[in-house]
Amino acid sequence: MPGQSTAEIAHAYRQEKARRARRLAILKHVFLILTSLVMVYPLLWMLAASLKPDNQIFGDLGLWPSEFHWENYSKGWNALPVSFTTFFWNSTVVTVLSVVGNVVSCSFAAYAFARLEFSGKTIWFALMMMTLMIPYHVVLIPQYILFLNLGWVDSYLPLIVPKFLAGDAFFIFLMIQFFRQLPRELDEAAMIDGCSPFKIYWAIIMPLSLPAMATAAIFSFIWTWEDFLGPLVYLNDMKDYTVPLALRSFISTDGVSQYGPMFAMSILSILPILLFFLVFQRLIIRGIAMSGLK
Amino acid sequence: MQKFFRRNLAGYAFLSPWLIGFFLLAIGPILASLYLSFTKYNVVRPPQWIGLDNYAYMVQFDQRFWKALQVTFQFVVISVPLKLIFALGVAMALDKGIRAIGWYRALFYLPSILGGSIAVAILWRQLFNYDGVINSILRLFGGDGPYWLADPKFSLWTLIVLAIWQFGSPMLIFLAGLRAIPQELYEAAEIDAAGPVKKFFAITVPLLAPVIFFNLVLQMIEAFKSFSGAFIISGGSGAPLDSLLFFTVYLYNEAFSFLRMGYASALAWVLLLIIAAFTAIAFWTSKYWVHYENERG
Repeated sequence: MPGQSTAEIAHAYRQEKARRARRLAILKHVFLILTSLVMVYPLLWMLAASLKPDNQIFGDLGLWPSEFHWENYSKGWNALPVSFTTFFWNSTVVTVLSVVGNVVSCSFAAYAFARLEFSGKTIWFALMMMTLMIPYHVVLIPQYILFLNLGWVDSYLPLIVPKFLAGDAFFIFLMIQFFRQLPRELDEAAMIDGCSPFKIYWAIIMPLSLPAMATAAIFSFIWTWEDFLGPLVYLNDMKDYTVPLALRSFISTDGVSQYGPMFAMSILSILPILLFFLVFQRLIIRGIAMSGLK
Repeated sequence: MQKFFRRNLAGYAFLSPWLIGFFLLAIGPILASLYLSFTKYNVVRPPQWIGLDNYAYMVQFDQRFWKALQVTFQFVVISVPLKLIFALGVAMALDKGIRAIGWYRALFYLPSILGGSIAVAILWRQLFNYDGVINSILRLFGGDGPYWLADPKFSLWTLIVLAIWQFGSPMLIFLAGLRAIPQELYEAAEIDAAGPVKKFFAITVPLLAPVIFFNLVLQMIEAFKSFSGAFIISGGSGAPLDSLLFFTVYLYNEAFSFLRMGYASALAWVLLLIIAAFTAIAFWTSKYWVHYENERG
């Protein structure tokens, strides 16, 4: 363009570019806000439904109950022959023990694989990685038969004992990745000072790996709390049910009339997960990006 | 001898819980289930060797086996690509220069973390009821929704939507992958006047190929194994008309409702082989479209 200096042209170009970037950013936000509304709407709807009267739940798109029926919660709590106090207690026992078992046994295995030398290590490591790919359904039936023969069916042992035997290779893998980043010199120095391998694990590796341990613990918590297939297979007596099994009885027994209470208990069942998620969000997201866990 | 023992002691001591678990809960059961798959076994009486009969019956006469395969394949083939497309689209919108990214990330990931819960499966049943929320929304736009859960033509779609809704974890992995693409490549392309479409197919897709591949394999395996959603939404049986008879649901019912443990073991092995075959195919084709940065090709 005649009469315009190169500086002016560059300035106009830059302004045009900034304008376009801003327009794109606004478009992105609109898209993201709409998408996130669609994402959370079902959950908010469930929360609203837990407070609505039964006849108002179906087909009602609104998120604000016309009147708040808090008694849905107390009704739901006692709607089954066994109260939810028992179910929550059962879930807590199973989950807490599973988390402890997973973290301890998987960190043991990970420490051996990441930091110790022993013959046969490569073979065991390959086998461990192989177990990552085996679908649970292949081992389900023989495990069931094994636990049946041990007399463990209708107890929590089949749900807990495997967690103490480092059954979840995901966590081993996650911790190996983390342990390998720690400087080797730490172990060597400690070894020269006469520390035993256990002392090194306990006094050096563990304290430095708290983020990895916490990530494993959180995922272990969430997956055990949500687990349905395990309890479905091993628990038959309603007083032993975990929360997910109890929820399922809601729909299989007399589901038809008690929608409000059912949603109230559904909300309570996911509450611990929500709380964990809110508190540990950063760790959870980093754990996913690091390892590709689900 | 003693030296050998001492050198290995610590390693095996730390490995022992896993070793016990590996033999008792992994390799032992895998071999046992292979053996059981050649038997007739109902728990009460000892397993009775019948050779390949389970497999022969399955392939030749068992309509429900074929139905379960069909349902599961349909679910995998439709839900996995859609989920990955959503995940990538949202990840790209979230990529850079977006404020409040942490909030969005959390919101999009939330359904994934709750996805396995029974509460969500129960919620889904109500959303897709004939009088439910989805049809009410359709009615707002003048449409009349179908009986989603009672009509075999539509029931699978409820589970596909549920799967897509949980696109959060592939999205997070895509985000990490997008971050690793050097910005200069896009700038260079802009100087060559490449449009967004060109940039997407010439830069984003090829450089993201390893991540796309990783997500594809992972989601495919997950989809083959999915259970709780189909179990709850179909009332445990695969109804209506077996349109929700996922392979895992069929396997569960054969094993624990009808106590056909031998037959169910054969089903489990078929599932294992299918997953292995699909993974192998994915790896085999990947050499034509996935190139890693540190290899020349």
